Amino acid sequence: MFEYAPAPESRSVVDIKPSYGLFIDGAFVDPADGGSFKSVNPASEEVLAEIAEGGSQDVDRAVRAARKAYEKVWGRMPGRDRAKYLFRIARLIQERSRELAVLESLDNGKPIKESRDVDIPLVAAHFFYYAGWADKLGHAGFGPDPKPLGVAAQVIPWNFPLLMLAWKIAPALAAGNTVVLKPAETTPLTALLFAEICQQADLPAGVVNIVTGAGETGRTLVEHPGVDKVAFTGSTDVGRAIARAVAGSRKKLTLELGGKAANIVFDDAPVDQAVEGIVNGIFFNQGHVCCAGSRLLVQESVADQVLESLKRRMAQLRVGDPLDKNTDIGAINSAAQLARIRELTEAGAAEGAQRWSPPCELPERGFWFAPTIFTGVTQAHRIAREEIFGPVLSVLTFRTPAEAVEKANNTPYGLSAGIWTEKGSRILWMADRLRAGVVWANTFNKFDPTSPFGGYKESGYGREGGRHGLEAYLNV
Amino acid sequence: MTATATSARSDLSELGRSETALRTFLHGLPGVDQVGAEQRAAQLGTRSIKTTAKAQAIDLAIRMVDLTTLEGADTPGKVRALAAKALRPDPADPSCPHVGAVCVYPLMVPYVAEVLRGSGVHLASVATAFPSGQAPLEVKLADTRAAVEAGADEIDMVINRGAFLAGRYSEVYDEIVATKQACGDAHLKVILETGELATYDNVRRASWLAMLAGGDFIKTSTGKVPVAATLPVTLVMLEAVRDFRAATGRQVGVKPAGGIKTTKDAIKYLVMVNETVGPDWLDPDWFRFGASSLLNDLLMQRTKLKTGVYAGPDYFTLD
Repeated sequence: MFEYAPAPESRSVVDIKPSYGLFIDGAFVDPADGGSFKSVNPASEEVLAEIAEGGSQDVDRAVRAARKAYEKVWGRMPGRDRAKYLFRIARLIQERSRELAVLESLDNGKPIKESRDVDIPLVAAHFFYYAGWADKLGHAGFGPDPKPLGVAAQVIPWNFPLLMLAWKIAPALAAGNTVVLKPAETTPLTALLFAEICQQADLPAGVVNIVTGAGETGRTLVEHPGVDKVAFTGSTDVGRAIARAVAGSRKKLTLELGGKAANIVFDDAPVDQAVEGIVNGIFFNQGHVCCAGSRLLVQESVADQVLESLKRRMAQLRVGDPLDKNTDIGAINSAAQLARIRELTEAGAAEGAQRWSPPCELPERGFWFAPTIFTGVTQAHRIAREEIFGPVLSVLTFRTPAEAVEKANNTPYGLSAGIWTEKGSRILWMADRLRAGVVWANTFNKFDPTSPFGGYKESGYGREGGRHGLEAYLNV
Repeated sequence: MTATATSARSDLSELGRSETALRTFLHGLPGVDQVGAEQRAAQLGTRSIKTTAKAQAIDLAIRMVDLTTLEGADTPGKVRALAAKALRPDPADPSCPHVGAVCVYPLMVPYVAEVLRGSGVHLASVATAFPSGQAPLEVKLADTRAAVEAGADEIDMVINRGAFLAGRYSEVYDEIVATKQACGDAHLKVILETGELATYDNVRRASWLAMLAGGDFIKTSTGKVPVAATLPVTLVMLEAVRDFRAATGRQVGVKPAGGIKTTKDAIKYLVMVNETVGPDWLDPDWFRFGASSLLNDLLMQRTKLKTGVYAGPDYFTLD
């Protein structure tokens, strides 16, 4: 046997302060009513820091600071000068990438290999990419001299804390807007470190404001009359509430919500790579991915073979300490999320689907869930319809390409889909018919700042990334 | 396991009798997606192997080395020295294991045999008009027999790449079968020369062809063409031996050769073996490294782990 010895990344590379204030107008300040909450490490339940809870006065203060910065400095600054700041931020993110990666894994529970090799490099890439647009907005296809909107209120989720921040802040700033961002209450730490990076980059005060807090803080922010634009990534329920709240106002809205993506494997697929794609599709980031390939649709004639390979591969997944460089699956982000995953998987078993997990020892403390697949799932099962947002895959079979399309589209969501086949014409035929914003062919979960991302139906509207991502932050 | 292989389980030995059957089978194997295979190989390369795991991996890698010299300039003296090193790679440390085998040209076999006799270190000889294979079959078989008679217990043959790329699979198959016969009791390693096969689909097909024809090992390269062993090529070959065993029950070994120079590289291969085919292949009987300079790097890293300091290259024998 070849046992890998523990290979933990050192957590001493990052300084976590005992408490953090709100980042408003270029400085960390205490909240008006002094409220606070704790951010914990989901792998150990250890408290990492005390975080300020922003109330309505704080939100108001942040929006005013953003407005002032927009009118006095950022909105009138030439694009080439805004670009300099964005390039500087991108470089600082690269320089401090190890720190950011360790902090992200501590606060979120994701394995260090993902925060180090995926999250943080993509964060830097987003800032570099949109920095490049800042002085070329006239060539983005929105008229010769498109104008910014003003103050953007941005609310982001806990699954990719810093990456979602980058998706929101980079295009907003490139287009000339100022922002007030609320990170998720379970994962605020990298956003607060990003605030320090803004200071380090000498970003003018008020251009970026970070107001931490829970749902109520977010609601106050998006409903604030002083914001011109609302961008939200998170659950469909909250997205719906936000859409209602801003309806009839001047606020421009983009929503990036849930998903229940189909990963479709045909009988002529490259099997070994398809199995890698299935594993990556559902177990990447513990399945806390809105575009996760949570429904596997596999052609009947190869179903046994694919499942056998999948199970063998799943037995190799290493679940445990997120800071260990060899960990494949880290901790579930919170007790609440773990409870939801448990509830849905219990419903799956009760409804008659067969549950399987590889033998795997879970740590005693912290929030953990073994990688799980359900076979014998039908379209009527809750686990085939509702977003589980955890390392749980529902396996369904199909006979014909038409049936695959029908099943894949039979969901209220439409964020992403995957196709596995060696036949190029079938990829194109399928991609035309799938009602999903992103269709991956013979790969899954590939992200690039140049590529637009967003959904159909209840997965939201508007696009983030690429030239298309600028539109959300321009007055067009 | 492939669907084709499952359904054809009892018939696999018959495939070689007909060009059509062989072609249908090989072209029915699932394809390899190049991007996906390379991505998987790169992912496995990011595993972090430290402390006790590293010590274990280094000793295992030393035991898996086929210590090789294949030069026109090889002399009896040089190959004797190499054989002596194979027995005791680190003269200063008797706890250092011996390597898996010494690999030389047929004319050098007798000199190596004298040194290795009874040691447990295998003696491999390249044969079949290595490295090009551009000779008549009779010459290749005579080459093989001569090497075995001189004392080699492992034969590294090259496949007929021209015939393979032209789609004449039976010809390749028959040559391997004939060489296997000429080997007698010696183990047969079949060199695919993956650098000349161009695609991973071809690597998978050639792997299956070599296994169907009776090869005991499949080996990536001769080391004599610009592209030798790579991680993705080895991944595809490991998947092939895994699927072949599932289909037929027979286990076949894998030997990446050429271009593996550092301990870090070797450990990446061992991680790949561990996570693709599992512990059954983590043994010198089933996995080898065809290498020459790799051994000294393994010895340097081994000494570093034991003593905490790097010794200079002059403390390790050059061969």
